[in-house]
Amino acid sequence: MERNDVITADNLTKRFGDFTAVDAISFSVRRGEIFGFLGANGAGKSTAMRMLCGLSVPTSGHASVAGCDVARESEKVKRHIGYMSQRFSLYNDMTVRQNIALFAGIYGLSSSQIKERCRELAETLAFEKEFDMPVAVLPLGQQQKLSFAVATIHSPEVVFLDEPTGGVDPLTRRQFWEMIYKAADEGTTVFVTTHYMDEAEYCHRVSIMVDGKIEALGTPGELKAMFNAAGMDEVFRFLARRATRQ
Amino acid sequence: MNRSFIAFVRKEVTHIVRDPRTMLIALLIPVVQMILFGFAISTELNDVEVVVATPKMTPAIESKVAQMAQNPYITFRGYITTDKVDHCLSSNEALAVVVFSRDYDRNGKFQIVADASNTTTAQTATGYLTNILSESKAAVAPNVRILFNPQLKSSYNFVPGIMGLIFILICAMLTSVSIVREKETGTMEVLLVSPIRPVMIVVAKMIPYFALACIDLVSILLISRYALDVPLSGSMTALFALSFVYIILALALGLFVSTLVESQMAALLISGMVFMMPVIMLSGMMFPIENMPTVLQWVSNIVPARWYIPAMRKIMIEGLGFGYVAKEGLVLTFMAVALVAISVKRFNNRLQ
Repeated sequence: MERNDVITADNLTKRFGDFTAVDAISFSVRRGEIFGFLGANGAGKSTAMRMLCGLSVPTSGHASVAGCDVARESEKVKRHIGYMSQRFSLYNDMTVRQNIALFAGIYGLSSSQIKERCRELAETLAFEKEFDMPVAVLPLGQQQKLSFAVATIHSPEVVFLDEPTGGVDPLTRRQFWEMIYKAADEGTTVFVTTHYMDEAEYCHRVSIMVDGKIEALGTPGELKAMFNAAGMDEVFRFLARRATRQ
Repeated sequence: MNRSFIAFVRKEVTHIVRDPRTMLIALLIPVVQMILFGFAISTELNDVEVVVATPKMTPAIESKVAQMAQNPYITFRGYITTDKVDHCLSSNEALAVVVFSRDYDRNGKFQIVADASNTTTAQTATGYLTNILSESKAAVAPNVRILFNPQLKSSYNFVPGIMGLIFILICAMLTSVSIVREKETGTMEVLLVSPIRPVMIVVAKMIPYFALACIDLVSILLISRYALDVPLSGSMTALFALSFVYIILALALGLFVSTLVESQMAALLISGMVFMMPVIMLSGMMFPIENMPTVLQWVSNIVPARWYIPAMRKIMIEGLGFGYVAKEGLVLTFMAVALVAISVKRFNNRLQ
């Protein structure tokens, strides 16, 4: 493993009974990289991601995240990662400030650090006025931005984003990606799944999963050249058509 | 870890405070139930309507009826002829008919005919009448002393029952719903990816409900002591110790339910129906366990309230101490430990 690799997977496999959800995938992600993890529904993305987050134990193979083995040191892994799920995952009945304080507290930030982070976030998110309102009143786009801010509140080494921009308008998506770029510039590795192929183009490298296996991996430019395609969606459709599952 | 735990408990408290309806339910239900059962609903029968049927009037019968009519629990509704007895009962003119024999003056024989379409009232009514009418005839009147609850107040009986119910309601129902809600909204996933340990999530959730249950316990005790005059003469230490064990058991039950179901509705139904029914039916709260078929008596042994409610009766009404509720205490502690262990294990397994 190279020193600069923050995530490595080596023949990572997950089986549920006879069904092999993730079939011996191997890849590595460098520090500060934005890594797109693509695949059709049911291709095994989520299962792979759950293993990397320490939520699910691999059936065989290994993976390490931020230098910790996901099977043996899952609790340690959790301290170094942030996670944002496809479903909105803040507490609707609590205010913006309470949500920030909760997650900052869970990651062990002190109350003075929490205040400091709140001030910073009020600036970057640009909706300070709403900070003492329940999260439920925010428009979806701002909720998603807040989710991202909360997922990276403890400056994790890796942040996992599971379809973070589902249902969000193109303009907000663009702003969202600016936040992702900023985080990556500051050294956070971003591991993101998405169904939007324009977003795939924003990634430094992407992998495409089909039937539990990684069928292609490279920069968007490389993949387009390899499959002689004009855009990533063409590459994706070409590969996804090979799927035999479902 | 400590800091994250505190942050998490604070969040749970915020949820409850933000939702005044839940808090109101949790704090008002016990008060309302206590007042309902204490003042409005009771198994005592105060107004037994009685009709007397006699083939002929004699002074002896007349004095007997006068004596009966004076009793505050009896309302005398007049005389009928002996052939009208059935009609009188079926038309609900009276709850019971006293039929005097033709030779009452000589042999003192009489019959009580009661409307047992409601067995409870029929039994109580015949009991009253037998006492009043046979009293002076008995050569040696038995000296009856009713211990612990001399006025046979039904509120004495209900207070421990309500306690057994309320804690299941508040602890099991609210905890299970609150855990399942996090699964439904997807926040549970985020929590599990965070460094907070799953068991801590559960413990942090239980703390505010434990606190609510304690407030309920105190308000129930205050109402029973000062509004319902329940003696509360036993060991308070034993009362609180057993109640804490029972509350923890109920919380564990809530966690257990949350590992079985995926929706808040299902959690509500299971804790509402599957847990409340046995508490009401099989705990001895309403129906004496001794009268149940043997199989049901066995089943009742696994209902925690079947141990908690009688123990509370012993302490609150009979005024007994720790030594007398040791068995109940041990059973409840064993159940609580087992249930906590099983629930936490199931909760952890579900995460894999």
